[in-house]
Amino acid sequence: MNFTFTPTDFFVLKPAILLCLFGCGILITDFFIEARQKSFNAITALIGLGFTAYAVWQQQTYLKANGLSELVGLSGAVTIDGFGIFFNWIFIIATALAVIISSRYLEIEQEHRGEYYALILFAQTGMVFLATATELVTLFIAVETMALSFYVMVGFLRGDKRSNEAAIKYLLLGAFSSGLLAYGFSIFYGISGSTRLSEVASAVATRAANDPWDPVVFLALVTTAVGLFFKISAVPFHMWAPDAYEGAPTTITAYLSVASKAASFAFLLRIFQVPLESVRTTWEPLVGAVALLTMTVGNLAAITQTNIKRLLAYSSISHAGYMLLGLVSGNQTGMKGIAVYILVYAFMNFGAFTLVVAMRSKDIIGDDIDDMSGLMSKRPTYAVLMLIFLLSLAGIPPTAGFLGKYYIFLSLIQTRHYYLAVFAVLYVAVAAYYYFRIVKTMFVSEPQEKLDISDSPGIRVALAVSAVFTLLIGIYPEPFLQMAQKSLLAALR
Amino acid sequence: MQAHLLSIVLFIPVAGMILLLFLPKENKTLIKVWANLVMFIGLVASVPLWWMYDRSNPEFQFVERCEWIPSIGARYIIGIDGISLLLILLTTVIGFLSVLSSWSAVEDRLKEYYAFFLLLQTGMLGVFMSLDFFLFYVFWEVMLVPMYFIIGVWGGPRKLYAAIKFFLYTLVGSVLMLLGILTLYFHHYNQFGTYTFEISELMRMSIPFTMQKWVFWAFFVGFAIKVPMFPFHTWLPDAHVEAPTAGSVILAGVLLKMGTYGFVRFSLPLLPDISKDGFTVKVIAWLSIIAIVYGALVSLMQKDWKKLVAYSSVSHLGFCTLGIIALNPNGLAGSVIQQINHGISTGMLFLIVGLAYERRHTREISEYGGLSNVMPTYSIIFAIAMLSSAGMPLLNGFVGEFTILQGAFEVSKVWAAFAVSGIVLGAAYLLWLYQRVMFGPITNPKNEHLKDLNLREIMVMLPLVVWAFWIGVYPKPYFEILEKPVAKIVKRIQPDYYRARGLKDPLPNYPPPAGQVAQAGVQNP
Repeated sequence: MNFTFTPTDFFVLKPAILLCLFGCGILITDFFIEARQKSFNAITALIGLGFTAYAVWQQQTYLKANGLSELVGLSGAVTIDGFGIFFNWIFIIATALAVIISSRYLEIEQEHRGEYYALILFAQTGMVFLATATELVTLFIAVETMALSFYVMVGFLRGDKRSNEAAIKYLLLGAFSSGLLAYGFSIFYGISGSTRLSEVASAVATRAANDPWDPVVFLALVTTAVGLFFKISAVPFHMWAPDAYEGAPTTITAYLSVASKAASFAFLLRIFQVPLESVRTTWEPLVGAVALLTMTVGNLAAITQTNIKRLLAYSSISHAGYMLLGLVSGNQTGMKGIAVYILVYAFMNFGAFTLVVAMRSKDIIGDDIDDMSGLMSKRPTYAVLMLIFLLSLAGIPPTAGFLGKYYIFLSLIQTRHYYLAVFAVLYVAVAAYYYFRIVKTMFVSEPQEKLDISDSPGIRVALAVSAVFTLLIGIYPEPFLQMAQKSLLAALR
Repeated sequence: MQAHLLSIVLFIPVAGMILLLFLPKENKTLIKVWANLVMFIGLVASVPLWWMYDRSNPEFQFVERCEWIPSIGARYIIGIDGISLLLILLTTVIGFLSVLSSWSAVEDRLKEYYAFFLLLQTGMLGVFMSLDFFLFYVFWEVMLVPMYFIIGVWGGPRKLYAAIKFFLYTLVGSVLMLLGILTLYFHHYNQFGTYTFEISELMRMSIPFTMQKWVFWAFFVGFAIKVPMFPFHTWLPDAHVEAPTAGSVILAGVLLKMGTYGFVRFSLPLLPDISKDGFTVKVIAWLSIIAIVYGALVSLMQKDWKKLVAYSSVSHLGFCTLGIIALNPNGLAGSVIQQINHGISTGMLFLIVGLAYERRHTREISEYGGLSNVMPTYSIIFAIAMLSSAGMPLLNGFVGEFTILQGAFEVSKVWAAFAVSGIVLGAAYLLWLYQRVMFGPITNPKNEHLKDLNLREIMVMLPLVVWAFWIGVYPKPYFEILEKPVAKIVKRIQPDYYRARGLKDPLPNYPPPAGQVAQAGVQNP
């Protein structure tokens, strides 16, 4: 195969190239920055994100102006479509928020080093490809790029035992799951002789037409699915998540829980919707069971947690269960539901974690629920913001979280998955119980002496952005729904 | 102005809340005055509805509609008929009085307290005004959060338990209701090809019986928990006992009515076939009768004054649900009037408990006795409240209970017989309570120097007393307001009701001839 790098390829790859360049740039300029001024690296990263956002915007307008539904680059390895662009925006927002909340936190942790920001950008490079790649090898490299950056970032607090332990656990289980993915991908290659998703899809479809339970396809399906379930931390492959979330620097926990989850879902949707769509009857009950199990374990385990980061980790596991339900119903409402859910989840979860970041001050680690005691009487604004995020996570209208769940429930009703729907709604009440434990602590418990909020302009901006969107999407969701609708109409079909 | 009157009434409290947040925390008087003022303006704004409402028009009035979320077909549609008009007036009156009654009862974290009350008020009004199911659901849930805080922050010793219990119970009910709503929403698409939540649009559907059954019971869970019907009532005593006085008043006076309102507005008209199904009627009727008798018997046994009033609510709400499921004009109209009555009389009773509690900080009935010697005004008002709750003629409770019994008797003499026993028991526990608290010599020295009511406290009680007498002596305007909306529901369930009995049909042209197609909704969800 002869290969030429065309201007289209460059156009398609531009966001990833920019992210890489700025990531490397940070590594170099970091040498010349004094220890006290490491925040400059954050500014560099934000500039890089600005350029990336511009590149994504260019892609979006290009598609629109030419009436294209997709733009294929690198001989079919990467495809820019509404789906990829939608996810790219989520990544850009999440990364930008992660960058602006980090400086103060890292200073308090005394781990303010430049490679942190470079790693964040490298992770995002992986995510960009996860959302846009349409070829198995590219996808695999993308998922590894993202995961490797995260392994390092989770263990970024070198002096903290929890952080080191989390990184090792995450690395080992992550490597294991990547191995499974690679195994599944190799079978895909074996049956189709190609790594392009579209060609794999037709090979799988041919085989499935003969025998829907074709053993080779089934093996590929199971190994790929398990690998993917690891990445989105679906039960029973979720064990790494609470430890990694707890041990990681809180800023990275926020980033991990939002951006990595969104990227993994983009990946999962691509795989299930393109090569595996023809064997839907085989995997639908499997995914349904995993979704149900994920919601059950996530919600029940969260009840007993005393550490906020662990609690939010289990809650994010249960959110993954809800999103999987959208895949189970599989119709357009379900897909739109996942998109809306991820968008909403990005803001509300990031907001909640940002508040935990702000709780970290010189004297307290601030990740125990009890550390939030009496926040309302000391810093009412922060308590009210956290209340908004928690209500949204619980799915109480008029916050955005309700809308995400609304679409998932609707898609389940539409596709007549009534039992799943009943379980899904009842877990809302279970979830409300543990979110309200935090609310109770903030609003009713007596304040602690040393309670303090260490905010920085970055944290304030991140909280404000998250809260505004959490409320806005809840109260006036129309533009966001239109956006989700457009991004998914053309894609994945 | 007139076109947007409902929106104004609806959003005055929340607008007031937003402004309240900018008031200085330290200036307690300013916060109190502001909250009372906002509630009072809300009340004044709502009163003209009483005169402007056209009693001869069976359609929804003051309707406002605009697009809200076109991509899912949810609209901002509000409007009222006679049933919601009465409940809205009840809400604005009780809301204002309960805020006024908090003046000296709550001193802690005032700003939050009043902010939550104002938010709660908008939530409750929204529930009674919404004509779009999505909007209804949003308001239904919005009101949960402030109530959680009102119980959980300013409540009694077991406030946290009571608050989360209230919250979770209601949430479980409402999410199941949401599934029912979505089923109807999707069915409308299957039938007409458009997605809409508009109640009047959903009413055009012909729904298969099995689906009606599932949806009805999904709604039932949501509404029955809210009412609360036996056996879903267990959250209520906890919530009532632990809530601060104003919280109990709002809870008993208004919140519980959201459940009965749900039955009247949604379950019955939307799902007429299952509503008149023999099994459904039996289940709901007998659950109501159990609630009436059980609630009364438990009240009889209470040592805690507030708990007694709380359980009496279970009993009284049993009358309301019994009236609803009688499915005839008397039962339904009586039920709505009884909902108003219960708001008035139980509101008064909770205020009375609260007044005693403010003075003595105990709710044990045995701690009191002989209060009539030192608190004459108090004892008169308590007597009126107690008699109104017990269903004494010339007071409001009689009118409601009598009409409900008429309706129940029409369906089954057995129901009526059991329900009457509830009235007898009701008189027993209330009179006995009054006797133990008010009569006899003062046995407890702490009660010797209790102050009688001051002017503000009398002003809180007086409107309710006047209202109780008004309904008791001259209930005609209420029945007039309810006639058309109730007839609409009855004819929806039993189209031949009036003709078969040779009665004058208040709505001869209803329902309109069939064969219309859907006019609203969107193609994609």
